[in-house]
Amino acid sequence: MSTQGRGHSVLWFSLSGLLVVCAMLAGVMIGPAGPTWWRVPLELMNRLPFISIDSGVSKVDWNIVWMIRAPRVVLAAIVGATLSVSGASYQGVFRNPLVDPYLLGVASGAGLGATLVFAFRGNQPSTWWIDPLPLASFCGALVAVFITYTVGTSFGRSRSTVTLVLAGVAVTSLATAIQTFILQRNNDVIRQVFSWVLGRLSSATWGDVRLVLPYVVISTVVLLLHRRLLDVLRVGDDEATALGTNIRRVRLTIVLAATLGTASVVAVSGLIGFVGIIVPHAVRLIAGSSYRKVLPLSVLLGAAFLVAADIPSRVLADPAEIPIGVVTAFFGAPFFLILLHTRKNES
Amino acid sequence: MSTLGFCELTISYDGVCAVNSFNNILHSGEWLCLIGPNGAGKSSVLRAAAGLVKYSGSVAIDQKEIPTTSARWRAQHIAYVPQTPLMPEDMSVYEYVLLGRNPYIKHFASESAHDKLVIEKVLTRLDLTRFSYRLVGTLSGGERQRLVIARALAQEAPVLLLDEPTAALDIGHQQHALELVDTLRRENGLTVVSAMHDLTLAGLYADRLVLMHQGVCVASGSAQSVLRSEILAEFYGVSARVHHEPDGTVVVIPQRSTSN
Repeated sequence: MSTQGRGHSVLWFSLSGLLVVCAMLAGVMIGPAGPTWWRVPLELMNRLPFISIDSGVSKVDWNIVWMIRAPRVVLAAIVGATLSVSGASYQGVFRNPLVDPYLLGVASGAGLGATLVFAFRGNQPSTWWIDPLPLASFCGALVAVFITYTVGTSFGRSRSTVTLVLAGVAVTSLATAIQTFILQRNNDVIRQVFSWVLGRLSSATWGDVRLVLPYVVISTVVLLLHRRLLDVLRVGDDEATALGTNIRRVRLTIVLAATLGTASVVAVSGLIGFVGIIVPHAVRLIAGSSYRKVLPLSVLLGAAFLVAADIPSRVLADPAEIPIGVVTAFFGAPFFLILLHTRKNES
Repeated sequence: MSTLGFCELTISYDGVCAVNSFNNILHSGEWLCLIGPNGAGKSSVLRAAAGLVKYSGSVAIDQKEIPTTSARWRAQHIAYVPQTPLMPEDMSVYEYVLLGRNPYIKHFASESAHDKLVIEKVLTRLDLTRFSYRLVGTLSGGERQRLVIARALAQEAPVLLLDEPTAALDIGHQQHALELVDTLRRENGLTVVSAMHDLTLAGLYADRLVLMHQGVCVASGSAQSVLRSEILAEFYGVSARVHHEPDGTVVVIPQRSTSN
């Protein structure tokens, strides 16, 4: 398993890429209402230039595929990829395999930011020329991570991961408490906020995709560029410095980029648990622990995983929807327990 | 050719003085060994040279003050092997040695063909080629020590700082590791500064010994002049016999206080 040469890498990358394509195809083919599933790929081909196939898909059916399923699938891919690559980066930068984006308070900070927007805006539709929701989530997330990071690293000479996790827990509770307080004062927006918290993939539009795309692209590109430096950070602060790395700058850049990515997807999709922790770990199990493989593979497999998890979430309880967070946790929690169990047996 | 100079080096941690007015100059190909009891400040001197602690006074390599240089420049000129290196268990041997090329690889770039060549050479030199794809966690103590030295060599730096390079090794591996450093010093003109606890080995390999006590340099010179039983008794609080072999080797043997 440890003898992964170049050939293995190519294999894993092609397999993961194929998985993403399959999951996305399945995602646009399957769903309540709409055309018969096998007609969808035919119609997709028909839409390509120079190809004409009579797929028998009506205009209404096509709208269901293109305006409802497609943006949802694309958004799921974006969210899955971003949460996974951010999670892997956080784990690298804090040298703790159990850190996930939400553990550091990113999610609760983003939630608080979003709640503030809902509370101040009330039930009026936004009159701003730019939607303040992702911006507010991002600022909330940034403040939360900043506090966690400052408090969690200020005690003792070495950064104790235990202090860091405790600081994350404290910041999460504080942000949740403030959020609850604001909600109590603004009963009228509770419904909006909770539908946001439970995940919004179900109401995804191309607008959501456009809104989140610039942030996510910047964040993912920056993180992928740091994949080699994340390997250098694995030997600890002193040695990484002695190996010629400006660790303070590298760490800050990675935390900022991962926070930007996480916060922006949380803003459009709400809280989707476990993706940021199980996908990177699954990647490590199959392809080794080097971040040069873990980061790009996390992008691909994260996208595939969330697109795939979204399918049962809209099919199983038809006509209702199971929140996507429930599905990911349903698969994620047992996986995580198995992982912990095998780790324990190894040591 | 590189010269490493310490001038009035003073280091304090939270107001407590760890090193006080340390002076020394090393030229290319010299091996200086810092000895002294635990907490004497040996590691702090090495950490200052590696740019890892704040200090007053001067530490300079080719007249360039350490804090004024970039981390990248330092890593190209000084390779530092800490006492207990943090070695990720699930990293492969090749990946670990690759870390040594970090100072030469641009921030967002990957290793070049030249970097790969250097790694191949280092792995061959240290007899680690067959371990290339093994995980660090599966190596023995001696193999790990070779691996850390391999990473330091991949840095192609003219100065090598070793903090207790033989602490966790058996007598055979101790000798092997030190022989290796000695050969490299002779072949490549490496300047070596090491901190060591084994006085006999320190005297055997180093050109000069510096005995530190409570942050102060209390004796320095050849093994014959520093390793004397009255000096060891005073600063280590040890009663030891010092034996001079015909070939000039100085052997330090601790003495039992009550004899049967």
